[in-house]
Amino acid sequence: MPNETPLLSLEGISKDFYGNVVLEDVTFSVGRGQIVGLVGENGAGKTTLMRILFGMPVIAETGGFKGTVSLDGKPVAFKSPFDALDAGIGMVHQEFSLIPGFTTTENITLNRETMKSNLACDIFGSRMSVLDRAAMRKRASVAIERLGVKLDPDMLVSEMPVGHKQFTEIAREIDRANVKLLVLDEPTAVLTESEAEVLLASLRTLASQGISIIFISHRLHEIVKVADRIVVLRDGKAVKDVPTAGTTVHDIAKWMVGRDVQASVTELSTCKENTFLSVEHLWVDMPGETVRDVSFEVREGEIFGIGGLAGQGKLGIANGIMGLFPGGGKVTVDGKDIPLNDPHGVLNSHMASVSEDRRGVGLLLDETLEWNIAFTAMQAKGEYLTPVLGGLFKLRDEKAMKKLAEQYVKQLEIKCTGTKQRAMELSGGNQQKICLAKAFALNPRLLFVSEPTRGIDVGAKAIVLETLRTYNREFGMTIVMISSELEELRSICHRIAIVDEGKIAGILAPTADIAEFGLLMSGEPDDKNGDAA
Amino acid sequence: MNRIKAFITDFGWPRIIIALFLLGLFISAPIVGVKLGPSFTDVFNRFGQNAIMVLALVPMVQAGCGLNFGLPLGILAGLLGSTLAMQLGFVGAPGFIVAILITIPFGLLFGLGYGKLLNKVKGEEMTIAMYVGFSAVMLFSILWLVLPYTKADLVMGYAGEGLRRSISLEKYWAKLLNDFLAVRIGDFVFPTGLMLFVGLCVLFIFVFMRTRTGTALTAVGSNPDYARASGVSVERMRTVSTVVSTVLGGVGILVYQQSFGFVQVYDAPLYMAFPAVSALLIGGASVTKASMVNVVIGTFLFQGMLTMTPSVINSVLKTDMSEVIRIIVSNGMIIYALTRKTKVTK
Amino acid sequence: MTLKADKLGKFLSDNIVTVIFLALTLVAIPFSRLSGTYILSNLIDRFARSSFLVFALILPIMAGMGINFAMVLGATAGQIGLIFAIDNNIMGVQGLVYASLLGMPISILLGWFCGQILNRARGREMVTGFILGFFMDGVYQFFGLYVMGWLIPIKTGQVAQIDGGGVRNTLGLESVRGGLDKIISLKIGPFAFPIVTFAVIALLCVFIIWFRKTKLGQDMRAIGQEQGVSHSAGINVDRTRILAIVISTLLACLGQIIYLQNMGNMFTYTSQRQAGYFAAAAILVGGATVTRATIKNVFIGVFLVHSLYITMPLAGKELFDSAMIGQYMSDFINFGIISLALVLHAWRNRRNADLARAGLRGGAALAAAGGDK
Repeated sequence: MPNETPLLSLEGISKDFYGNVVLEDVTFSVGRGQIVGLVGENGAGKTTLMRILFGMPVIAETGGFKGTVSLDGKPVAFKSPFDALDAGIGMVHQEFSLIPGFTTTENITLNRETMKSNLACDIFGSRMSVLDRAAMRKRASVAIERLGVKLDPDMLVSEMPVGHKQFTEIAREIDRANVKLLVLDEPTAVLTESEAEVLLASLRTLASQGISIIFISHRLHEIVKVADRIVVLRDGKAVKDVPTAGTTVHDIAKWMVGRDVQASVTELSTCKENTFLSVEHLWVDMPGETVRDVSFEVREGEIFGIGGLAGQGKLGIANGIMGLFPGGGKVTVDGKDIPLNDPHGVLNSHMASVSEDRRGVGLLLDETLEWNIAFTAMQAKGEYLTPVLGGLFKLRDEKAMKKLAEQYVKQLEIKCTGTKQRAMELSGGNQQKICLAKAFALNPRLLFVSEPTRGIDVGAKAIVLETLRTYNREFGMTIVMISSELEELRSICHRIAIVDEGKIAGILAPTADIAEFGLLMSGEPDDKNGDAA
Repeated sequence: MNRIKAFITDFGWPRIIIALFLLGLFISAPIVGVKLGPSFTDVFNRFGQNAIMVLALVPMVQAGCGLNFGLPLGILAGLLGSTLAMQLGFVGAPGFIVAILITIPFGLLFGLGYGKLLNKVKGEEMTIAMYVGFSAVMLFSILWLVLPYTKADLVMGYAGEGLRRSISLEKYWAKLLNDFLAVRIGDFVFPTGLMLFVGLCVLFIFVFMRTRTGTALTAVGSNPDYARASGVSVERMRTVSTVVSTVLGGVGILVYQQSFGFVQVYDAPLYMAFPAVSALLIGGASVTKASMVNVVIGTFLFQGMLTMTPSVINSVLKTDMSEVIRIIVSNGMIIYALTRKTKVTK
Repeated sequence: MTLKADKLGKFLSDNIVTVIFLALTLVAIPFSRLSGTYILSNLIDRFARSSFLVFALILPIMAGMGINFAMVLGATAGQIGLIFAIDNNIMGVQGLVYASLLGMPISILLGWFCGQILNRARGREMVTGFILGFFMDGVYQFFGLYVMGWLIPIKTGQVAQIDGGGVRNTLGLESVRGGLDKIISLKIGPFAFPIVTFAVIALLCVFIIWFRKTKLGQDMRAIGQEQGVSHSAGINVDRTRILAIVISTLLACLGQIIYLQNMGNMFTYTSQRQAGYFAAAAILVGGATVTRATIKNVFIGVFLVHSLYITMPLAGKELFDSAMIGQYMSDFINFGIISLALVLHAWRNRRNADLARAGLRGGAALAAAGGDK
């Protein structure tokens, strides 16, 4: 269709957040009735691209973007998502945005209800008109029919199976009068295999009716099955834009994760042979990061990496072992059983962790650095307390806390005005160092670090990684590092496990072929991958 | 200039206005012929009389349980303490001490139950606390009628049973603390004993907040997830804060009674949480943070205002507007605090 | 058989507040030694008196704002209207209409103000609304005691305080008493039915039913469940919440006027607060929760609460030889039942959230857990 104007074309889209480049010169287009599969790792820029397309206010607030978005050949600039919706672009989110106590019909027609006006409208405005439920039901049925699925228009969303919720959401978008383009962000993430099949079929049905679709998914075989063209984003650039025909899952996986430069393999410490941490059949109920059945072993003095895409459960492993979310299974450290669901007990077993949620779990934002660093050691081990009145009771040892904080400020090069500064006033990188200091203050033999470099600048990143290496090398600290950044894992770890759908998909050496990592992340069975645990 | 601005936004306009208002009252008092000496005596007495109940709110605010509108539970423990001590025939200082000793176990008991309840209901805790307090006051109103009190100056004269609405402490321990080592300077009397006792209680909370438990409690209020990840049981800490608050509320009412000279039962404790809450907020506390300084400043400003308004305004306008001003200021302050965005916005 | 028992158990646990209240009433009735006729005729009277007030709470509950304790603002507006009606000596139903016409704009204004405040106190609307009622007491007292008689002269002696300053604490409403009830009063045997009042209440029911079907009603239901989703669907959440409160305040204003014309006198500075306590207790006793309320809840609640109000003081006197105990008992039950309803609701919410989470654990996790044993 080279002569026809594409429905949507993105040209030279660039975007940075305060100098941090997220998108660079992204160009691609979507033809009428075409399905474009958009793939990329976390942080590749998919979300930002969609935010630009929908005119989310956050984009304008952070300085706008470069490049043009054209719809039907005409440049458009949406000021809010509502403008985008009016122009005929619909979005189906990963999380359901449905009202649980409403029926399918009510949700499909939400805030676009068919109404009958009456006398009260003339006085008090159109919100006093009565809903025309019969017409609404009819509209809902039409939308459902276009999807080619079976849905009960009168069923409450709260009583629906997950798949039906997803269809309801899509039906809501295509109920709009002028819908031309649908964006689906990981629509199959919560679906069972058979539900996903039905969804893919209905996407094809919609496309055949002339609706264009941007399909974002990490399940590469789905992309290959349903998309006409595939666009691969990596580090903010559209590295590939190819027709699906002739493309294999293996190719896509390679394009998605492959960097041109090889990982800089640094010298690794030699770890001992004995197993230090052993995890058997771990399950963790952490919302959004469910761990289903995970088993692995870590040797003493090893840096063990855990990677995988967001939402697959890699974060749940650390949080579950540390007792922060309900879980089960068997965990032993140095031959001793670790109590699960007991944060206090875990901290007393020579273990510590650095949370991925720095501001939410990692820090006391309103308190001083001294508090932040010493608190955990004080509560878990009774340190930094001083007896008064001949041991009648113990009070905080402010002096010792200050000394401790000063030691880490110096050692980790934390930039602050003093140890009495409040944690919220520090930059992200320095906050992360505080979190590390807090964990080190416990003198752990086993450390879990989750997303240690997320959202911090390059300089701080280097210091954080170097600190981990130092503690591993000098003190023989065993480290389990969980990160979405594959390169980072490959640069520091002895071995890397990839988690997919709550299970370990495989364990690889950092030097393994990049495509193998990509395939494991996408949950693709790969025969060549023999050494998976 | 910016620092002044920051200070004002931090401190909040309402507090500055109240402080200026109080200052104005003190300045204008001599002009309209109100003697300052007795006024100051009054302010100090009422400060001491109320400060401990305000102090009682601090642990729960710090632990993230919000403003303790359930303070009447502690007050009821205190009422049990004083009436039982009187019934048992204790007078003077021993009587007061026995009253405290009886109050503490009841406070522990009520606080424990109340804490367990609040742990079950997260969300609209303050509404529930308020209504639980109301219910308890009404339940005790029945108990005051049916409990077998027999002492003549406790029970209603004509029936010979059921507590009087207000029981005089004249023959027991009225003004015990106020008069202890009181210093008289002209027509101003400084209630030394009362101030010492308040100081003692403030010191107790000050020290408590510096223990391992107190530190954990503050962290729970500041960020419960952080505290949990550090091995602290959030629910236990919330219960501890409720217990401390309730016991202290009981001691607070005992101090109030000895200064006031009467024990008031039945529905008197119904609304007693509100002035205490207002005072704390006027002192600069928020729904999530409170300190000893907030307690002292707030009680002083609030009680100062309550003491000075009637005398000064009445001499000027010849009408008693103090009640109206009290209602508007104290409740306005609570609304201000409830609608104000707290500092940490996640 | 067991299925039936299960169903009964579920019914009881879902309606535990109502069931407890019903049980208490059933116990109190025989002890009060009141005749069925007396209780019933009293109930009819009180039903007409106070149902309207309770309806004021339905819309905010629908809009997810909980029990609107700030409805006392509307009741206050109604009382202001009545004060002027009495002072200007406008009698009978005209007086009531006059009071309504005066009270309504005031209540709309107060409701709008209240909505703004509550929008800034998300997640703690109930306690804020409650304190707002106290705050308003102060403003109202300022108005009644100082503005009236000073800026606005009081014309009638029976309205003014004896010493001349402001409005009396107790105001006789003889001139408008029964203004609505007595237009048509149908006597059947010993029972008197105030037909017009009942008609007004019926009209209100029709309004509520109709309102639920409107776009605005649908929007309120939506924001009551999911503010975020509603907002992203383009519903103006803040404005809808304010409208819910405005209508609630307006209904409370009219409700209080109907209530007071039946009572025939008014405690100028406390009646409004009683209205708030009563309405909250009634709707919860009727089986409503903080998130769900229907017309049925209103009627059951009004019926039950009044049954207890009528019988409890006398039952207390009979049982304990003290009317005081009965009085305190009703107050305790009143507050206690609200506490119980709020606690149960909060507790159920947590339990349901936990159950929903447990459901997410999925078969694999459970199998893995089971495999260990």
